[in-house]
Amino acid sequence: MSLQYPLVHETASASLAPRRTAGDVVVNFIRTKPVGAGGGLIILAMLVVALLANALAPYDPYQGDYALQFARPSAEHWLGTDEFGRDVLTRIMYGARIALFVGFAASFGGCTLGALLGVVSAYCGGRVELLLERLIDILLAFPQLILALAVASVLGPAVQTVVVAVAIPIVPRAARVVRSAALSVKENPYVEAVHALGAARRRVVLQHIIPNVMAPYIIILTAQLGSAILAEAALSYLGLGTAEPTPSWGLMLSGSAASYAEKAPWIAVFPGIAISLGVFGFNLFGDSLRDALDPKLRRG
Amino acid sequence: MRAYLVTRILLIVPTLLGVASLVFVIMRVIPGDVALLILGGDSGQIDRAQLAAMHHRLGLDQPLPVQFGTWLAGVLRFDFGTSLWTGRPVIEELLIRLPLSLELAVLATMVAVLISIPLGMLAAVRQDTWIDYVVRVISIGGLAIPSFWAGILVILFLVVFFGWGPPLVYTPPWVDPWANFQQMVWPVLTVGYRYAAVTSRMTRSTLLEVLREDYIRTAWAKGLREGEIVIRHALKNAMLPVITLIGTEFAFLIGGLIVTETVFTLNGVGRFVVDAVAHRDYPVVQALVFVIAFGFVIVNLLIDLTYAWFDPRIRYRVIR
Repeated sequence: MSLQYPLVHETASASLAPRRTAGDVVVNFIRTKPVGAGGGLIILAMLVVALLANALAPYDPYQGDYALQFARPSAEHWLGTDEFGRDVLTRIMYGARIALFVGFAASFGGCTLGALLGVVSAYCGGRVELLLERLIDILLAFPQLILALAVASVLGPAVQTVVVAVAIPIVPRAARVVRSAALSVKENPYVEAVHALGAARRRVVLQHIIPNVMAPYIIILTAQLGSAILAEAALSYLGLGTAEPTPSWGLMLSGSAASYAEKAPWIAVFPGIAISLGVFGFNLFGDSLRDALDPKLRRG
Repeated sequence: MRAYLVTRILLIVPTLLGVASLVFVIMRVIPGDVALLILGGDSGQIDRAQLAAMHHRLGLDQPLPVQFGTWLAGVLRFDFGTSLWTGRPVIEELLIRLPLSLELAVLATMVAVLISIPLGMLAAVRQDTWIDYVVRVISIGGLAIPSFWAGILVILFLVVFFGWGPPLVYTPPWVDPWANFQQMVWPVLTVGYRYAAVTSRMTRSTLLEVLREDYIRTAWAKGLREGEIVIRHALKNAMLPVITLIGTEFAFLIGGLIVTETVFTLNGVGRFVVDAVAHRDYPVVQALVFVIAFGFVIVNLLIDLTYAWFDPRIRYRVIR
């Protein structure tokens, strides 16, 4: 006998729940979490700047003009120029692309891999769990930056390298969080019930456990976005991330920026503001999203 | 409790062994050869015999498992070998730099705890008021501002406005406390701010959860004053996750040290790591990673034990 009955209760309970369109959800989020909505606005602005950098940026990010080295912020160059006479504003705009790409790719990749490991470890238990837990312990104890140093030295300086280097340390953290959620989901009577009905293990994991650990997965994903952008900046700052002349925020602050800072402080100040503002936006949004998704924190 | 302790301590062994193997493999996979770097690098003038002799002298001509075994046997006797780059014992190089990094780490943690717990408490008690918003903005700001940028700004500010540069040579606090303070105060604050931000967020959110528990409502119903409820009843129970976080953040602290020591040109362990990787100085990198991982594992062991001490449910679960 197979389980082919339509899930009547699902449709029934869906019709009982108050109908909320996507618009309602957004409006409700803005009303109850104004700080989080502000963060969302920053993210949106960053996305627009990154996507439309070609159209919005006033200059070419790579083309320097040696006559204009260290130009002060002015009507032509709002945020001044750097040591090669390149427009700082333009480079910050193009830098948003790298920051967002690395941020999204690394936290999505790292969290997804970590979440899968966490679910498998929680569901299988026994020897598999013991082994995966040790792997996660090792990854957690291994200094993150040395891992990044190693990845960067093997793969060479490129954006893809940075994504890998930033994603690896995210894996054990996501695995920990999702594993503990999956452990408590697994103990629910409905999981036992599905087992008793003869459902295959794959079906239990895919249809019953994974959907129920989505909330912690989304929370850790948004929480990691900001720190991934920060990690990219730090790696590039240390010269292990993207290489010149790529416009990356961390790279704009590295090496020369600090030594010229006295003469041309705008080179050192504005890219830092861009990093901080971007990460700030992601963190505000992620924080409020966690408050909204976590029933324990909902105000009753 | 004893069963818990034994299991917990035994589990350290595979973790450290795993870290040791991982760093060994990683260092061998990274392209680059310390022998070439020592002999003069990219000029292409080195003949094969010379290179082979250098490999032999450094012990790099041995099979990898033999190299690994020799190294591991040394570690067990606290002998981390000699630096391939400077030719001095690794432990000596390490001991020169460790006090600075330890001082930075300990002071930053202390500053962070002293600032963050009262702030997080305040924000939780006054949730969704302007106090909460201000504390959250300050703490989320601490997470958002890259520590290297904060360092650049601090240096810029001090140099431009006060014409003051940080002293370049490390003075231990027991030699000259004032010189030590001058040197360490800015790096400590730079690292500590980030740490405080993470901890105050955690304090806020766990305290919020605890404040919704039934026994807190009971405490209110008994007519206790707010200060007593928050500090004596809620904070105690909210502290466990915060303590855990302080432990996991230790790993971040190491990353923070690398970057901060680079910005402030401090000659600590963090900068030593970066240089050692650049030189392909295998014994130094292996030793540093091992020491860092060991520190991480010990800190987390202590935290788990505190946890078990405070929460009997944990220590009985294993015995059962």
